[in-house]
Amino acid sequence: MYVYDAFDRTLVTERVAEFRDQVARRLSGELGEEEFKPLRLMNGVYLQLHAYMLRTAIPYGTLSSEQMRMLAYVARKYDRGYGHFTTRQNIQYHWIKLAELPDAMADLASVGMHGMQTSGNCVRNITTDQWAGAAPDEIEDPRVWAELIRQHVTLHPEFSFMPRKFKIAVGTARRDRAALRIHDMALQMHRNADGETGFEVMVGGGLGRTPFLAQTIKPFLAKRDVLSYVEAVLRTYNQFGRRDNIYKARIKILVHELGPEAFAKEVDAEWATIKEGALALDDEAVTDIVGRFSYPHYETLADNPTELTQARKADREFAVWLDNSVANHKVAGYAIVTLSLKPEGGTPGDATAEQMQTIADLADHYSFGEIRVGHEQNLVLPHVAQRDLFAVWQALRDIGIAVPNVNLISDIISCPGLDYCNLANARSIPIAQEITRRFHDLDRQRNLGRLHVNISGCINACGHHHVGHIGILGVEKNGQEFYQITIGGKADENATLGSLIGPAVPYAQVADVVEDIATAYLALRERPEELFIDTVKRAGVEPFRERVYATR
Amino acid sequence: MPLVENGKVAEDRYVKVDDDASLPERVPIIVSAKRFLAEADTLIGRDGSLGVAWPNDRRVNEIKPWLGHLALIALHFPKFRDGRAYSQARQLRETLKFGGTLRATGDVLRDQFGFLLRAGFDSFEVKKPADAAAFAKSVERFTVVYQPSADGRIPALRRRRQSLSAAKASETV
Repeated sequence: MYVYDAFDRTLVTERVAEFRDQVARRLSGELGEEEFKPLRLMNGVYLQLHAYMLRTAIPYGTLSSEQMRMLAYVARKYDRGYGHFTTRQNIQYHWIKLAELPDAMADLASVGMHGMQTSGNCVRNITTDQWAGAAPDEIEDPRVWAELIRQHVTLHPEFSFMPRKFKIAVGTARRDRAALRIHDMALQMHRNADGETGFEVMVGGGLGRTPFLAQTIKPFLAKRDVLSYVEAVLRTYNQFGRRDNIYKARIKILVHELGPEAFAKEVDAEWATIKEGALALDDEAVTDIVGRFSYPHYETLADNPTELTQARKADREFAVWLDNSVANHKVAGYAIVTLSLKPEGGTPGDATAEQMQTIADLADHYSFGEIRVGHEQNLVLPHVAQRDLFAVWQALRDIGIAVPNVNLISDIISCPGLDYCNLANARSIPIAQEITRRFHDLDRQRNLGRLHVNISGCINACGHHHVGHIGILGVEKNGQEFYQITIGGKADENATLGSLIGPAVPYAQVADVVEDIATAYLALRERPEELFIDTVKRAGVEPFRERVYATR
Repeated sequence: MPLVENGKVAEDRYVKVDDDASLPERVPIIVSAKRFLAEADTLIGRDGSLGVAWPNDRRVNEIKPWLGHLALIALHFPKFRDGRAYSQARQLRETLKFGGTLRATGDVLRDQFGFLLRAGFDSFEVKKPADAAAFAKSVERFTVVYQPSADGRIPALRRRRQSLSAAKASETV
């Protein structure tokens, strides 16, 4: 965990004071809604269908147990007893009153949390691998770099009014668990032939109505240059990104229109003027930030302790969960535990105040006080001793979050959709709920294997439908909810955009179509180990299209 | 539209001269970029301070050759959400080392003062009188900054290390 010091705490507190003043001016009528809107957006406050929504930043998805307890408290005190974890590793409250917002923010600020830059045309929450610092396949902890960038872009005087929002993700592992290529800018750490580590820089990714995967503009950037290069990219975008059309304002359009080579040339020219300036990072600066992270004091333990092997033998249900939701840790004797927020019939990513409270307690007992939020809208206890796994499982089961469906068809990524969002054309949550009911049989889900379903209620693609193995996009046709279905997308290190399988289908048929696709896959796969995504790659869209539309 | 300079409401000494108007004698003037580029030699030779209103979609590098002759550059915010001039301001101050007055014009509102000041502006044509009066208060809002910028304030990254080395120094005494 990065430990906030007096500087960080002061800024967050001053921000609350500023926002309190802005809300007071809005309530008194001194500020009109038009003027207030960008100010509240800069603090993560949206006006939705029923109420104000408060989005709170969880920098790179890392939470302390103390922060999680505060999230539970805010859910109880100002909302309706729950919160919604998002694909941006943040949390949203959907039922907050404007007049109470400054108090809610002051409570969050008491644990170093805020809504700064969770909205507006600025650099948004920096995201990364939810297994950061625990994954065996990472070169080093990506959060150090995410934190350096977070600080650099916080209330940045130059980049708070860019053409559009700007999302940055950082990865340092072999596997991409942060969906790097769908970000405006992504940094992927590599080790070069000389053994030095640096970053591959990709720009121009993003979904929405014109989906693009980010393209590499710098194969290897020295670590000392990370901040100056980020600054050069942002400055180039701020000056040349389109402002005439909101749908063409993201950096992906600029990169596409200029071409990545020409864009990179502009960036390099700008970079040359600032590279050797105040943003060059010396080892001391990096060491200082590293030193502000507290790391667990692991015990010396062995893998597969007898407590674990015995419990696995004794309890089949536990064994199933273990195989599904628990991953290897870089330290012997420990494990990474994913907490599925996708129960049958539930809203993907929702957690109640009681669940949050219990998870905070479990983190204190079993995970060095740390919790993570992943972009799949699940939570993670990153450092659980293997001998404690059975106890953790029992406690999670008691609060309904030990469903062993991680990475299976019911582990659905979904935006809030028309139930909450005033941008949506169609509902997302009830579609997700119906799919989880259809596939409630876990043996059936396991037989289908790894299968990611992503649902967005509009073209803005908050549910990342383009990169779902099965992507579902809600559209409106003559006042009716229709859904376009894509297959074959993925968001990992081999990111691909999905292909449309045919005409949109009405609301009532979406779950049937998903069942048809699943059935088609079982018939098409060459062997049980061939994953859905690999079958689509091998066999193409056509056999799925035939199966789905033969009877429609 | 009130003008704020040095943190206070101030009188505007500059006269804005239209592209087809004749040049007034001796008083400080602001002309458009178009007129400036067409009549640079005449304008520079004239007696009296010279300012240029530079549009936000033109590279500031273009005025580099004349920067030493300019007393003021006005950068424009057609809407406060259009933040291109923040980049222009920093380029002028930090890369091109422009030492004259940098004036913000257009949709210049209270909640942007802090950003504008940090980007290197020191003159503000403020849209609302109430905002102009609140200038000093609103720029004092944040005592911590995270990034180096044109105002020369020391960012947190550096201040932390300064306090560390100060602590070390006092230990060794």
